[in-house]
Amino acid sequence: MIEKMIFGRYIPGDSIVHRMDPRAKILFVFIFIAVVFVANNALTYGILLGFTLFVVFLSKIRLYFLVTGLKPVFILLIFTFLLHIFFTREGDVLLSIGFIEIYEEGLRQGIFLSVRFLVLVFITSILTLTTSPISITDGIETLLGPFKRVKLPVHELALMMSISLRFIPTLMDETGKIMKAQMARGSDISSGPVKERIKAVVPLLIPLFVSAFKRAEDLATAMEVRGYRGGEGRTRYRQLDWGFKDTFSMALLVGLTAVLWYYRT
Amino acid sequence: MNSIIMSLENVTFTYAPEDESVRPAVADLSFTIEEGEWIALVGHNGSGKSTIAKLMNGLLFPNSGKVTAMGKPMSEETLWDIRSQMGMVFQNPDNQFVGATVQDDVAFALENNGVPHEEMVVRVKESLRQVKMEDYMDQEPHHLSGGQKQRVAIAGALALRPRLLILDEATSMLDPQGRMEVIETIRELRKATGLTVISITHDLEEAALADRLIVMNQGHKQLEGSPEQVFRSGSELIKLGLDLPFAMRMTHLLRKEGVDIKGEHMTEDELVDELWTSYSKM
Ligand SMILES: Nc1ncnc2c1ncn2[C@@H]1O[C@H](COP(=O)(O)OP(=O)(O)OP(=O)(O)O)[C@@H](O)[C@H]1O
Ligand SMILES: [Mg+2]
Repeated sequence: MIEKMIFGRYIPGDSIVHRMDPRAKILFVFIFIAVVFVANNALTYGILLGFTLFVVFLSKIRLYFLVTGLKPVFILLIFTFLLHIFFTREGDVLLSIGFIEIYEEGLRQGIFLSVRFLVLVFITSILTLTTSPISITDGIETLLGPFKRVKLPVHELALMMSISLRFIPTLMDETGKIMKAQMARGSDISSGPVKERIKAVVPLLIPLFVSAFKRAEDLATAMEVRGYRGGEGRTRYRQLDWGFKDTFSMALLVGLTAVLWYYRT
Repeated sequence: MNSIIMSLENVTFTYAPEDESVRPAVADLSFTIEEGEWIALVGHNGSGKSTIAKLMNGLLFPNSGKVTAMGKPMSEETLWDIRSQMGMVFQNPDNQFVGATVQDDVAFALENNGVPHEEMVVRVKESLRQVKMEDYMDQEPHHLSGGQKQRVAIAGALALRPRLLILDEATSMLDPQGRMEVIETIRELRKATGLTVISITHDLEEAALADRLIVMNQGHKQLEGSPEQVFRSGSELIKLGLDLPFAMRMTHLLRKEGVDIKGEHMTEDELVDELWTSYSKM
C-alpha cells in the first residue's frame, strides 16, 4: 500500500520535465493552480484536461502508474462527484429512480469539479515525481531569496527541510527496529482495542525521540566541525540553470491562460 | 616534515566546573604531534578520548592549559581557520551525513568555506576518488553500507585538503570488512599525501598500525610510545581495561606453554612467520 502511494515520491528519469529548472516547475504549479479557476464551461475544462494529459505525456510517467498511485485520491473524487449529483437540485431532471433524482446542473457541477480536482492532483504529482526533494528545496530557497531582506531565514529553512528529508529513511528504519524490539518484549501494536494500541505506541515514540535528539546533537557537531556558520559567505554546490525550456514552459502557461480566458463564458 | 602540528600543554577540562566531586574528563594532559605522524589514542570507555578530540578542534576550550594547532593558539579568532585545516570523522555513520547525496555531503565543508563552484566540482571528484567512492556520487545515504558512509565522511573531511585528520572511533560501528575498508583507505591516503592522522580507537589491531600510541586512563595520559613499547607492558594494559592485540596475546600464551618465541609480534602474519620458520629449523 505505502509502496504504491506516489505522494511526495520521486521517480528519477530524463524527460524534458525532469530536466526543467525546479524554480520553473514550482512557479508553473503555483500559477497553474490559479489558472485552473479560469475554466467555467465544458470547452475550457476540456482544454485544461487536454493540457494536463499533454504534460503527463511530456514527463514520460505512465498514466496507468499515475492513476494506480493516486487511488486514494480517486476514492475522494468519486465521493465528491456523487455528493454533487445527489444534492444539487437545479436545472432539468435527467433521471429519477424512486426517490433519487439527478438534475442536469448536478451532473455538470460534479463533472467540472472532478476535472478541476484531477488536473490539480496530476500537475502537483508531476512536480514531485519529476523533481528530487533536494532540487525542490533548492528551488524554494532561491525563489524565496528576496524575502531574506525582510529577515526571513530562508537558508536555514531550506537546510532544515533538506536535513529532514535526508533523515526520513533513517528514522523509518529506526522505527522498524524499535517496533521489533518492543514486539520481542511482548508489546502488541497490531491488534487489540484502539485504546490499547495507542498505549502501545508510547513505548515506541519515546526511544525514537531520544535517539532523534542524540542524532541531532551529533549532526550539529559534525556540521560545526566542517565549518558550518550559517548562510553568510557560503557558496552553493548545486547550481540552478534556467534555460530555454523553462522560459518556454512559462510562455505555454501564458498561452493556456489566454485561450481559457477567450473561451470562458 | 618535522613541524609540530598539534600540541597540548597541561590541559585540564571538566564538564562540571562547579562540582568538585566530578573528576575532570581530561587532567593535566600534554603531548605534541608532528606533521605526518599517525597517532593512535586508546583507553577505556570514559577515559577522555572524545573530549581530547573536541579540545583539539575547538568544540571545547580547556579550563586551564593551552592548545596549539597548526602553529596557532586555539582561540575564538583562530578557531575557524584551524578547523578548515582539520578534518574529523565520528563514530556513527548516519549522524554525520549532512547532504542529500554523496556528492552533496562531500561538498558541505567546501560550501561552508566559500569555495567557488568550479573548484568545488574538482575537489568533490578528487576526494571521492581518494576514498574510491567516485562511482557513488549520486547515491543517497540510506543506500550505502556503513563502511561506505564512513569513507564518504572521510572524503568530506578531505575535500578541504586538511593537514590533520582526526578519527573518533570511526570504525567501531562497522563490521570487519567495513573496518578493513576504512583502515586501508587511511593507509593509502597517508602514503599518497603524508597526512597526519590521529585515530581514537578501541581496536588494538588498528592501534598497532600507528607510529605512536597514547594510552589514556581516567583523564590522564598513562603510557606513550611506539606500539612495541606500549604493548610490552602487557599486564599494565590489561589492568587499564585494554586488551593486547591477538598476536601478542597468542605469543604470551604460547610462551606460558613453553614454546620459545623470540620476538614480540604486532600482527598475526609476523607471528606465523616466526612459528613456521623456527619449526622448520628443528
Ligand atoms: N557532554 C558531557 N557532559 C558531561 N560529562 C561528559 C560529557 N561528555 C563526556 N562526559 C564525561 O567525561 C568523561 C570522558 O568522556 P569521553 O567521552 O571523553 O570518553 P571516551 O574516552 O571518549 O569514552 P568512549 O570510549 O566511551 O567514547 C566521562 O566520564 C564522561 O562521563
Ligand atoms: Mg568517545
